[in-house]
Amino acid sequence: MALLEVKNLGITFGGLHAVDHLNLQVEQGALYGLIGPNGAGKTTVFNLLTGVYQPTTGSFFLDGENLTGKAPIEINKKGIARTFQNIRLFQNMSVIENVKVGLHNSGHCSFLESVLRLPRYFKEEAALDEKAMELLAVFGLDGERDYLASGLPYGKQRKLEIARALATKPKLLLLDEPAAGMNPGETAELMDTIRFVREHFGMTILLIEHDMKLVAGICEQVCVLNFGQELAHGQTSQVLANPEVITAYLGEE
Amino acid sequence: MKKMLNKKNIFTALFALAVYGLIFALVQAGALSRHFQSLLVPVGVNIILAVSLNLTVGFLGELTLGHAGFMSVGAYAGCLFTLNSTLPMAIKFPLGMLVGGLVAALFGVIIGIPALRLKGDYLAIVTLAFGEIIRSVVTNLSFTGGAGGLKKIEKASTFTIVFIVAAITVVIISNLVKSRHGRAICAIRDNVIAAESAGINVVYYKLLAFTVAAFFAGVAGVLYGHNLGILKPDTFDFNKSIEILVIVVLGGMGSIRGSILSAIIVTVLPEVLRGMEDYRMLAYAIVLIVIMLLNASPRFAALKNRLIHKSGKKAKKGEVA
Repeated sequence: MALLEVKNLGITFGGLHAVDHLNLQVEQGALYGLIGPNGAGKTTVFNLLTGVYQPTTGSFFLDGENLTGKAPIEINKKGIARTFQNIRLFQNMSVIENVKVGLHNSGHCSFLESVLRLPRYFKEEAALDEKAMELLAVFGLDGERDYLASGLPYGKQRKLEIARALATKPKLLLLDEPAAGMNPGETAELMDTIRFVREHFGMTILLIEHDMKLVAGICEQVCVLNFGQELAHGQTSQVLANPEVITAYLGEE
Repeated sequence: MKKMLNKKNIFTALFALAVYGLIFALVQAGALSRHFQSLLVPVGVNIILAVSLNLTVGFLGELTLGHAGFMSVGAYAGCLFTLNSTLPMAIKFPLGMLVGGLVAALFGVIIGIPALRLKGDYLAIVTLAFGEIIRSVVTNLSFTGGAGGLKKIEKASTFTIVFIVAAITVVIISNLVKSRHGRAICAIRDNVIAAESAGINVVYYKLLAFTVAAFFAGVAGVLYGHNLGILKPDTFDFNKSIEILVIVVLGGMGSIRGSILSAIIVTVLPEVLRGMEDYRMLAYAIVLIVIMLLNASPRFAALKNRLIHKSGKKAKKGEVA
């Protein structure tokens, strides 16, 4: 059974079918791409899968568990984490604190334990620091641990966001246009990072991307959306050669 | 435990003790005028109010204008408790503070649940309305003494007690802010959507910050009542909430040290300026404006950074030695 099963998922805003009867199957360990022209409904799919929007039709399952209609926090606890198209870091907090917010649900210190600084608080903080530093090291951010998140260069902010998402211990990672605004050099580095994340953490990744080089380079499978509907899905190379897909992206002759 | 006794904490504790010792000695030696002595308790009360309001305004990032309302609820609850209790003062006064704080916290929860669904200006207006409702309810109830207020409250708020309670407040709130709970609160301030998708229970943490702030406002109210000996509903009006907010903004959002310093300045300043007679409030306003402008100026910030940096270097040298 696939890790993520999306069945007939749809949402309407007024009369607009932003996502219409979408079916997806993402296998454990897969690197799956979700592509499509602007306004096709890709980010809306992410918002549905993370509980930001509630679907009007259909359902989705993670590891066989129905998560339809659950709140964002619950969905995150069940194992779906995401990054955002326009980076959403905690700008006024340090790099390590950003990751430690992601580790929030790994901590168990109660309010009183924290306020009274009982021994468990110190033990837990030390453990969280260690875990956060491990994650930062993976992304080469350990040297900037005490920098403000807003002070990081763009590419590193993207990486920090992925680190924060991974800190919540997800089974499925959703990346919303990770290469947006990056130059070819940075994109190549990002591709390495994504591959590394998949291997190192055994992560299943679903990503939205416009950069076809990146999609063709790392995604085994893709699904193409157009006007909220699935246009094609399957092996990346086959789908990208599909004349219908080319028409949707580039227009007709 | 070792970590609790690190150099910074020991230094802070010693500094607090030194401040206490200095003021205590000045009072004993009669070097402080009566007038200044009478300011010691209000300064402490304002420190508690400002540091607690900073939790909601500075750390949680929600503008609330009803802090005086919570102070009022706490003050009446705590003072009614000590007035009606037959226990000795040494026991009923701390209990009264606890009662005042808890009742205020309860109101914090009751108001917070509906109000925290709102954001920005809307939340500010709702909390403002709450403060005004409390004031008019208290004015019209008989057991609160109506517009005349409560009288004959024992003047138990000494400098020592207020100093201890203010110190406890500062320790608790700074510990809270530097814990996983505090990180969650700050994360909500920086980006609600990201916080939610990182698994932070936004409703819970907003309510937690709001309630803790209300608790300490209540405790401050009890200290306030036991300092003056009387409580009047009009004291806790809109202006009082604004005054606390001014202290927080002046000291810097999210800076506990700033709140303490600014509480001292804002409380003492009008009295220092008393010599200027009619121009007193005008001068007070001008001083506030100047401080705000300085705070916003990059040059002043650079100067401040340099000063902090210097003291930081010293501390590092100390560690090596």
